[in-house]
Amino acid sequence: MILSGWGRYPVLDAAVHAPRSFAELREDVRAAQSVIARGNGRAYGDSAINTAATIKTQHLNRMLAFDPDIGQLIAEPGVLLGDIIAAFLSRGWFLAVAPGTKFVSLGGAIAADVHGKNHHKDGSFRTCVDWVDVMDAQGAVTRCSALENPVLFDHTLGGMGLTGVITRAAIRLRPVESAWMVQTTQPAANLEAAMDLFEANPDASYSVAWIDCLATGSTKGRSLVTLGEHARLTDLPEDRARAAFDVPDNRTWAVPFDAPGFALNKVTARAFNALYYRRGSRKSGQQITNWDSFFFPLDAILHWNRIYGRKGFAQFQCVLPLAASYAGLSALLSAISKAEVGAFLAVLKRFGPQTSAFSFPMEGYTLALDFPVNARTLRLLSELDRITLDHGGRFYLAKDARMSADVFAASDKRIEAFRAERQGNGWQNSFASAQSRRLNL
Amino acid sequence: MTKSPVLILGARSDIGKATAHAFAALGHPVQLAARNADTLKADQSDMVLRHNVAVSLHEFDVLDLATHAAFVDGLPEMPDVAICVVGLMGEQSQNEQDLDAAVRVMRSNYEGPAHILAEFANRFEVRGSGTLVGVSSVAGERGRATNYVYGSAKAGFSAFLSGLRNRLAGKGVHVVTVLPGFVETKMTEGMDLPAPLTTTPDHVAQALVDAVERKVNIIYIKRTWRYIMMIIRAIPESIFKTRKI
Repeated sequence: MILSGWGRYPVLDAAVHAPRSFAELREDVRAAQSVIARGNGRAYGDSAINTAATIKTQHLNRMLAFDPDIGQLIAEPGVLLGDIIAAFLSRGWFLAVAPGTKFVSLGGAIAADVHGKNHHKDGSFRTCVDWVDVMDAQGAVTRCSALENPVLFDHTLGGMGLTGVITRAAIRLRPVESAWMVQTTQPAANLEAAMDLFEANPDASYSVAWIDCLATGSTKGRSLVTLGEHARLTDLPEDRARAAFDVPDNRTWAVPFDAPGFALNKVTARAFNALYYRRGSRKSGQQITNWDSFFFPLDAILHWNRIYGRKGFAQFQCVLPLAASYAGLSALLSAISKAEVGAFLAVLKRFGPQTSAFSFPMEGYTLALDFPVNARTLRLLSELDRITLDHGGRFYLAKDARMSADVFAASDKRIEAFRAERQGNGWQNSFASAQSRRLNL
Repeated sequence: MTKSPVLILGARSDIGKATAHAFAALGHPVQLAARNADTLKADQSDMVLRHNVAVSLHEFDVLDLATHAAFVDGLPEMPDVAICVVGLMGEQSQNEQDLDAAVRVMRSNYEGPAHILAEFANRFEVRGSGTLVGVSSVAGERGRATNYVYGSAKAGFSAFLSGLRNRLAGKGVHVVTVLPGFVETKMTEGMDLPAPLTTTPDHVAQALVDAVERKVNIIYIKRTWRYIMMIIRAIPESIFKTRKI
């Protein structure tokens, strides 16, 4: 079966299994030389593809138990985060950590240890995971948590599926009073102003910035910084407060076909970015918005990956340590604007401290953006890799599709320890992806 | 207002599960019937958590005709809608040589489903209300070399449903015939299906719910199938028999 990630690059032909029961899953794992689990295919590159055996968890998607006293949900790995919201928001519970799309599976969220707009305050997905059940190559399942089998737990969170197949997990949801968000948007004229806004608002529950990667000179790094809080009943007008979980369904649009290659270029991208900034600046200030628009604006455009055309696109996401963030971001922005490629969607976010063996975040700033795949952008991406390395940064494996093993090894000192654990526990031969082979993990 | 219960016969199948979810999402309590019903516990808890409705499990074997009456009488509540999703395709090549296998396919797609729906039909008729749904197949519209064992059983089932509908039309009982074309399920896994003619269990379930609510008689899941089958039925036998279709 032909598989690719959300970025539709690279495209690989893989043997795919889609077990419908725990017993079938065990058979599939035991029968294969090596496997990787695949949830909803939202990793951008080749993280969830193993040409020998890719195991889709789409049918293992049952919610098994919920304890309302502590907000703990036990579920199978194929459950989508959006399903959890659909089932529990109306009962007053929301995800404790919500990544940029609700179409991510629970297993994928754990394997990539995803982060959200609250990372500066609450950390990565790991902080809401009570325990995880992981299946080894023989089909035996081990439960791990911060206290029980902590080595397995540490390496499974952020381990990109390379420690085994997640079969179940228990996560904590957060209580909320409504399905609405109080959102404040502030324009920042340049990178420095944007970072100042993040630093001035450490107590905001959520913070994120859209950043114009193509602006230059005194406007380099101009941004729209958005802060958010879950709306309390007292924040809402009376009629809304009476039905605080009734929000209209967001209208969705589907991109019906692949855009032609020329649709996205430096001119359209520059115009889009300038327009977006002007519009955002005019509309700045406080507003009440629903959870879906606040957390998952791109989900409203189904198949938005098609706007990059048939060849697909590549995401770049790095994090830079706090001390080097300004210099590093500045250098990255200069390189991006100079390369004159069409970069539409760029996001800047302040990370807080992070504990883990192999998860992506570290305290500092993360920059994420996507490019259509072509020779010029692949060259630019290599340059961005180098700048990130020069400033002590590292890369998000869930977004990566093309990094070299050398670059990755230079970016992350933890790789040696991770490799050693893979060898020592017998994971290396049994659990592998096209990405783990490319990066020699 | 509490909604009326919906029974799914063959609840382990992909279409069965999707249908149960679709009715549960509308607030209907659901009864899941299958062999080894207790292996559906994860699905039961999932439906309860997602849709906040009552979900019960019931042991049911479509081939064990002698147990059907007791099965129906043993249900905690007589359902308002009884849906039979049971089906078995088998391998045509095997069905040609191994006649026991062929009989099993025939019984699983016709005799068993017709028998259990007949049990419900009689009770619904007495009650004067209810809906019976049979998931048959476009394969029953004309026998073809590639799957006529399965197709003939589905043809029998479709005719049975049509007759049942005719019989019960004035009795307050409605009968829906569902004719899916290609559906991405366990049954078709690994087959190379043409994307424009292939649908998903969720789409089948939505169409089925819609047909029950609007009392539609016969539904194809993708409209194209209606026209394809119209053409296939219209080809003269003298030509049809020499073609690979």
